[in-house]
Amino acid sequence: MLFGAIIAKPQPLKLIPLTIKQIHVVGVQSLLIVVVSGLFIGMVMALQGYTILVSYGAEGSLGPMVALSLLRELGPVVTALLFAGRAGSALTAEIGLMKATEQLSSLEMMAVDPLRRIIAPRLWAGIISMPMLALIFSAVGILGGHLVGVDWLGVDSGSYWSIMQSTVDWNKDVVNGIIKTIVFAFVITWIATFKGYDSVPTSEGISKATTETVVFSSLAVLGLDFILTALMFGIE
Amino acid sequence: MENLIEINNLTFSRSGRIIYDDISLKIKKGKTTAIMGPSGIGKTTMLRLIGGQLVPDKGDIVFKGESIPGMRRNRLFEVRRQMSMLFQSGALFTDMSVFDNIAFPLREHTKLPESVIHTVVMLKLQAVGLRGAAELMPAELSGGMARRAALARAIALDPELIMYDEPFGGQDPISMGVLVKLIKALNDALQLTSVVVTHDVTEVLTIADYIYILAEQRVIGSGTPEQIKNSDSPLVQQFLQGQADGPVPFHYPATSTDEAFLGRTS
Repeated sequence: MLFGAIIAKPQPLKLIPLTIKQIHVVGVQSLLIVVVSGLFIGMVMALQGYTILVSYGAEGSLGPMVALSLLRELGPVVTALLFAGRAGSALTAEIGLMKATEQLSSLEMMAVDPLRRIIAPRLWAGIISMPMLALIFSAVGILGGHLVGVDWLGVDSGSYWSIMQSTVDWNKDVVNGIIKTIVFAFVITWIATFKGYDSVPTSEGISKATTETVVFSSLAVLGLDFILTALMFGIE
Repeated sequence: MENLIEINNLTFSRSGRIIYDDISLKIKKGKTTAIMGPSGIGKTTMLRLIGGQLVPDKGDIVFKGESIPGMRRNRLFEVRRQMSMLFQSGALFTDMSVFDNIAFPLREHTKLPESVIHTVVMLKLQAVGLRGAAELMPAELSGGMARRAALARAIALDPELIMYDEPFGGQDPISMGVLVKLIKALNDALQLTSVVVTHDVTEVLTIADYIYILAEQRVIGSGTPEQIKNSDSPLVQQFLQGQADGPVPFHYPATSTDEAFLGRTS
């Protein structure tokens, strides 16, 4: 099914407009929850981090602490979990309902491959949207950290940004975070579309498939995060 | 008369249960053939086998001289452009308007400009009496209207074969009358071959040229409507008359009443 959906003879002229529409559905419509979550997580991290760092007189390191935590871990992982809960479950439910109402069968009988028409655009939309959502999450989280750390708790703004700039490494921190996000995006979207396509076409079957999408995706993200972190940042 | 479809010695089973056991059918070109039988007998499964969505365990299904189960996927998709199916639920795409639903196969399989597609879609909607409903969404349609819109989509590419899966199910008498009229009129006007799967005896006897009645994994009766009405098979007559008990018993197999209610074993 995976081969049929994304590898076998792509049809760009038809795939691109459908993918753009799906990017709006899974990406743009997930923005609100990603931005709000990123803001609050950044704010909480700054609050918690400050209380510990200030006891060592190292509150100037609040900026890099927030940035590294978000870029390396929280950005990819929390975005993935939010994506699985919001977009992943919606994908599974949508495809499952299409199966239950015979829309997928009618596509087959109209000589249109449902894997290319329905599954492939959603798969690519997830893979394209999630890294961007994770970066937005991290950016908003850093701003949230600045809001709490600098504006509220009085950390020096220059320290916040300058130490962050000198500490955060593009390849080691930002690119590795993006790589994690792409892997998570592929796994979540694949689980979501497969669960929908394979669901029993009843209300109970779709409900079960939707729940399994969220649970399996979340566990897969956490497991893969450990493996990727060990590979990327493992003890040398 | 030439046969558009020949089903030869077909055997099909699912989850260990035999649905068809060595049955043979012929669907004549340009005619309306009805496949009838009790609920759960596998009538819809027959349409899925003809459309290549299911593969038989044994036997063959031949469409215009080509074996459907033996086709490669690409060839099957080409052949499917010559057939269409009206699903029981209509199966309209819920995120598209009625117009876009009918335009869908035209946009997918032709390079017609949008102006021509617009004209073709409106003609198809006019044929089913829904030209005024072009901009409605499927959720805004009644059951009968949804089925008519699905019928317009089914004839969008002027197929040679249309398969109707329980087209009269759940319809009020007026909608049923409209659908009966449309099936007959379209079949005659467009020189179609129609296969109607249903258990609505009264309606199908008015439009079918030939009828097959399926039961107990085989064909129990076949012929013109007159021949079927005069059949001396008790099973056929039970089905046609709608009798609650007969060769198909009223009671599902169970233990004796003595054992069930009085605890006595025989």
